[in-house]
Amino acid sequence: MASNIKLKVKLKGEVAEVKSLMLHPMETGARKDPDSEDIVPAHHITQLTFTHNGKPVMVVNCSTAVAKDPFFSFSFKGASPGDKLTVSWVDNKGESDSIEKVLG
Amino acid sequence: MHAGRRLFIKGGIAFVALMSLPKALLAGAWPQKAFQSTVAREALSDLFGTDQTTPSGEITLGAPVIAEDGAVVPVSVKTSLQGVESISIVVEKNPRPLTISFVFPPETLPDVACRIKMAETSNVMAVVKTNDGIFSATKEVKVTIGGCGG
Repeated sequence: MASNIKLKVKLKGEVAEVKSLMLHPMETGARKDPDSEDIVPAHHITQLTFTHNGKPVMVVNCSTAVAKDPFFSFSFKGASPGDKLTVSWVDNKGESDSIEKVLG
Repeated sequence: MHAGRRLFIKGGIAFVALMSLPKALLAGAWPQKAFQSTVAREALSDLFGTDQTTPSGEITLGAPVIAEDGAVVPVSVKTSLQGVESISIVVEKNPRPLTISFVFPPETLPDVACRIKMAETSNVMAVVKTNDGIFSATKEVKVTIGGCGG
């Protein structure tokens, strides 16, 4: 199944600038469904991990107050063309997604 | 066995052991209690063991003065402080103030951006934990349409 994560990396010397956008409803658990009037249960990413050649370079712990379809950006040093970058997330329902990219 | 080869094998085994350390060691488990806290000070205590932060002019907190849509508020945090271990964002007036926490090793630059939800106009605090202490910068963000969907 195709991933619902977009991962963009720009190499500037040995610094990798990472931008990632992923599809996820990030339901707070406080919203009422407009038709049924029932509360829509919380459904949100809890933890995301970015790894560089297998080593974690960023872990993001999220609450329900991270916006829908989360976007993150950050940079790390020590990157070279050919290196592997992965991002993976898990949510409160135990669902997960991940994607891998080769830098360069 | 040749000394060099022995050293190489030892190094190789150490490397493999290091690579198989669980990812969770960097950040630990998802800090559930801190995220469920309804009071900003408690959330900070849950996360850091203290609610005391030192305001720092070395933290640049980027957030709009007025957020048109509280459901998607872009926030960035950058700092020239050294030895940064994590950057977290606390929205004082959100039902659950602790919004997000970035945890990272030394080779990652302390410069992050994300998009958050804000229920109403509120102070937004960036909390930067370094090996020297816990520092913060605060900015008020006005919200015209609240973003928590209630």
